[in-house]
Amino acid sequence: MGKSNYLKLLVAAALVAVIPLIVSGDYHLSILVFVGINCMVVVGLSLLMGYAGQISLGHAAFFGIGAYSTGILTTHFGFSIYAAFGCGLLFSALVAVIIGIPALRLKGHYLAIATLGIGEIIYILFNEMVELTGGPSGLSNIPAFHIGGYPFGHSLQYYYLVWGVLMVILWFSLNLIHSRVGRALRAMHGSEVAANAMGINLSFYKIQIFVLSALYASVAGSIYAHFVSFIAPNNFALMNSIMFLVMGVVGGIHNIWGAVLGAVLMTFLPEYLRVFKEFDILMYGAILLAILLFMPEGFLEGIPMMWRKYVKRGEA
Amino acid sequence: MIQKPLILSTERLHKSFGGLMAICDLSFSVREGEIKSVIGPNGAGKTTLFNLITGVHCISSGTIVFQERSINGLKPHVIAGMGISRTFQTVELFPQMTVLENVMVGCHPRSKAGLFSSGFRLPRMQKEEKWIREQAFEKLILGGLQKKADLAAGNLPLGEQKTLEVLRAIATGPKLILLDEPAAGLNEVETQKMADLVYAIRDSGVTILLVEHDMSLVMKVSDEIIVINYGEKIAEGPPDRIQSDPKVIEAYLGGETLCLS
Repeated sequence: MGKSNYLKLLVAAALVAVIPLIVSGDYHLSILVFVGINCMVVVGLSLLMGYAGQISLGHAAFFGIGAYSTGILTTHFGFSIYAAFGCGLLFSALVAVIIGIPALRLKGHYLAIATLGIGEIIYILFNEMVELTGGPSGLSNIPAFHIGGYPFGHSLQYYYLVWGVLMVILWFSLNLIHSRVGRALRAMHGSEVAANAMGINLSFYKIQIFVLSALYASVAGSIYAHFVSFIAPNNFALMNSIMFLVMGVVGGIHNIWGAVLGAVLMTFLPEYLRVFKEFDILMYGAILLAILLFMPEGFLEGIPMMWRKYVKRGEA
Repeated sequence: MIQKPLILSTERLHKSFGGLMAICDLSFSVREGEIKSVIGPNGAGKTTLFNLITGVHCISSGTIVFQERSINGLKPHVIAGMGISRTFQTVELFPQMTVLENVMVGCHPRSKAGLFSSGFRLPRMQKEEKWIREQAFEKLILGGLQKKADLAAGNLPLGEQKTLEVLRAIATGPKLILLDEPAAGLNEVETQKMADLVYAIRDSGVTILLVEHDMSLVMKVSDEIIVINYGEKIAEGPPDRIQSDPKVIEAYLGGETLCLS
């Protein structure tokens, strides 16, 4: 990874460490926890879509698998949280491989529809496996996260947990995209036939990155379950998959940092749209439309582009 | 003169798309270290032949033997790993990646860092990464593109894109390289540069199979030429003999077949 990315990561880490000193109150911190959780999923999506060029409209399913795995294992089967986390990861990876092998043979819209369908199937399973998941009425009393027997009581602890894990994920992902594997993924995105002719095993890399992004979503889901202590299938429906996608697109999915920015913006936005009462969804749609129309590259690249276009030109 | 061993041979190769016979009963061979050209009118099946050798299309019948091993039915990336590399008729670069990165992708078959060692930046991965970078830069120097290393490949002019494709192909460390119209769309100066590059590749010990429409280039660089028309071989031999072959002249200038169309 280039020097500039290390620098950005350091700045991000410093910000993460400092923010709790400025932001106080459980409410704001809890939003920041959700921001971090969303970031994890969207960074995975960015690797999958922005870098490798493979779409997924079903990532909420992996988020859900992570959440339900730890939720069910800790409440019904008395697993320790760490063991449950591990099982959730393993299970998500397994599901991703089983789904990925047939689905990733498809391209473009077909892959989108296939992943959408798979997401729906898993959503239905969450609803119907009532004995395990509690069905539509949800799974409650998921124990709080703890380290060495000390349970997490405040959002602040979750904040550091989530953002700490996210920093590791970011570091791993940035390393990855500036490596042989990352180049293979980007090459595949650029031209599959040429990538294949350069000795790149397309299906192998597609499945690998699909599994990796599923793992990110699963970690996020597991932490989410312990943080909110109550999960229901509605948290993992199609709308959530689309939300993750929108976060990526708004920030700029072709760049890891864009994914982070998008998750930050789109998690905060609904909180500030509350003043519009029931019209908030309309405002939300309007903002989204404006971004897609005027900044199709997403905020991260769109803002500097607009700056050059309007401000600099105005000066000249 | 002692004849060099065969590197590639095809035997009674057939390929049909639906009812269309693209390659018909084609047998030929390439010796190590030579430059062999495949010529023929448009639609003769030259690119199809390349796609068969590199595993993009599967063969209807017949065999392709590379270094005494049948490569029938192998996947393109496996064939690339065995030492057959190629360029494309219409440029197939990775346009968003830099010039250097494009060539670094070419080093893929000769390196092995995986997801785990890349993500955690293990020391062996860093060492390999440095090696890949050096290898790629060496190739850029060979093609005179070292000053453009950090530009996006899609922003290069066509001549340099064509060169970059060749450089990317040789970065895979091939034993045989298939060049599909490397001079198409190039001016005279660029074509001369391409010819020099082709010689440089040959001199480094790589065998070359060339498809090209620029006859001055073909006649100049080829050791042997094979002419195909409608998927069938109509002539094979050194350039001077091909130039005077009546069947070849007919195929190019058109006999009765042309009047019909």
